[in-house]
Amino acid sequence: MGEKLLMKGNEVLGEAAIRAGCKLFFGYPITPQTELAEYLAKKMPKVGGLCLQAESEVAAINMVLGAASAGERVFTSSSSPGVSLKSEGISYIVGSDVPCVIVNVQRGGPGLGGIQPAQSDYYQATKALGHGDMHFIVLAPAYVQEIATLMGEAFDLADIYRMPVMILADGALGQMMEPVDFGEKKQREIPEKTWACNGHKNQRAHNVVNSLYISPEVLEEVVVERFKRYAEIEEKEVLFDEYMTEDADVVVVSYGITARIAKTAVKAAREKGIKAGLFRPISLWPFPKKELASLADKAKCFLSVEMNMGQMVDDIKVAIDCKKPVSHYGRTGGVIPTPDEILAKIVELNGGEN
Amino acid sequence: MIVFDKPKALTDTPFHYCPGCTHGIVHRLVAEVIDEMGIEGNTVGVAPVGCSVFAYNYFNCDVIQAPHGRAPAVATGVKRAHPDDFVFTYQGDGDLAAIGTAETVHSAARGENITIIFINNAIYGMTGGQMAPTTLPGQVTTTSPYGRKPEIQGNPVRICEMLSTLEGTAFAQRVAVDSVKNVKAAKAAIRKAFEVQKNKQGFSIVEVLSTCPTNWGLSPLKAIEWLRENMIPYYPLGVYKDKTEEAKVNE
Repeated sequence: MGEKLLMKGNEVLGEAAIRAGCKLFFGYPITPQTELAEYLAKKMPKVGGLCLQAESEVAAINMVLGAASAGERVFTSSSSPGVSLKSEGISYIVGSDVPCVIVNVQRGGPGLGGIQPAQSDYYQATKALGHGDMHFIVLAPAYVQEIATLMGEAFDLADIYRMPVMILADGALGQMMEPVDFGEKKQREIPEKTWACNGHKNQRAHNVVNSLYISPEVLEEVVVERFKRYAEIEEKEVLFDEYMTEDADVVVVSYGITARIAKTAVKAAREKGIKAGLFRPISLWPFPKKELASLADKAKCFLSVEMNMGQMVDDIKVAIDCKKPVSHYGRTGGVIPTPDEILAKIVELNGGEN
Repeated sequence: MIVFDKPKALTDTPFHYCPGCTHGIVHRLVAEVIDEMGIEGNTVGVAPVGCSVFAYNYFNCDVIQAPHGRAPAVATGVKRAHPDDFVFTYQGDGDLAAIGTAETVHSAARGENITIIFINNAIYGMTGGQMAPTTLPGQVTTTSPYGRKPEIQGNPVRICEMLSTLEGTAFAQRVAVDSVKNVKAAKAAIRKAFEVQKNKQGFSIVEVLSTCPTNWGLSPLKAIEWLRENMIPYYPLGVYKDKTEEAKVNE
């Protein structure tokens, strides 16, 4: 056990990155994640790092592409509308096979939307953040402590699999203060970056970081190779958490800050004698398909609880092969669901009040 | 005795450029400067989207291929990660002066210690001859088939003039590669830009007026004549900013 500090989620994102050996941050101000850039603006010069405010989200993600291509740990952060602007760069980063970390502290959308917490970028993060056949790892912390853990893990995963890793948080988690222990991180073996554009020093052939393959056959081969890596990630890097799911009739599936509210509702349901449980995906891609499927025979139904209009529902249906009904309860636009609202839905799914 | 040889900083890959295109000359000049300064081993190039997208196949230094217009931001990331490496971008007019205007202007404003080689041929080459931000008034392109009308399609952008107003720009020169004399001047300007970077004096840009015989619909020789008669009067050659000279005057 290390020292416990009381910190805001946004600040923990910055501190955990520094502790993961990341000395480069490129960003652009946007609510509700600005405290992260402000924290790094103060902290980075003191640790020999750099926090540079770019002229746009577009420029920031391309600075990330440059620094990542040069072989350095680097990250950027934004909130929903800003992440949309980064999507071009993210696709190039995937296509160029370079590692980096991208933080999305989500707010309500579409468009300029609002500035209150939301989870309405689930589709964008897990399905279509950028053009092309692609995936990248998406991790959704639910606690400030978990931000610290996952941020360190994100940099390792990015380096190991040579791809972006997104931390998908939300405005509530970013703004929330909780105790955090940065502690010791599990050590992973990080491959040497022999592909980096850092000057060949007349010691090797020139390196090229590129996403262009003009021959269809070659591009196909490159994409297929990348999908082999994706298959390995789906096998090895799934993260999830469970609470009272062993005997659950109603399995609530929820991630991020919403999972904490859902947990309160599950506890209240148990007090009423309803066999409810909580399944919390931590890695949204790779989605914990097998683990969820293993609950499908026993459970009567599944309930997706999110701060959006039901973006995870299809993933649950696919995971359980539509064996049981999947419902959704959510609030959107920046409205946070209450435990009572979720409890009422659990009760309804269980056949009403006894 | 060898009196003429291929620069070491160029690979053996044959250029894909059209006959008469001046990209080949400019590639060679950049490579000669890299050779003469002995910096190939610690240089990182950034290729654009456009005709010179394959620059990564031609230069022997490490090269990153950037999204359209974002080369100065990518170069910024590389330079901030490794300040002692030489970093240059090689960009055309659509890449630098249209879709990448913000990245260009702000990397100059920040005084990023990078060098930009800017190819201005007043047209989009790779996509087949569309109007560029630098297309001249009256110039016919596939998207200005009746000639560029400033009242409809706006006016061209003079990049060196614009960037020279920024404090962070240390060196800005416009050159052409239409004659032996001008090719020599172009090489001297590229060398100077890399020296400015070596001395960590800030942002440097060399704008090269170039020909596109294929999309201009002219023979290589006619294209050079067209450049002299039309482009040079609109885009005058010369040094627009030189902080190294200013510093000498102030000594």
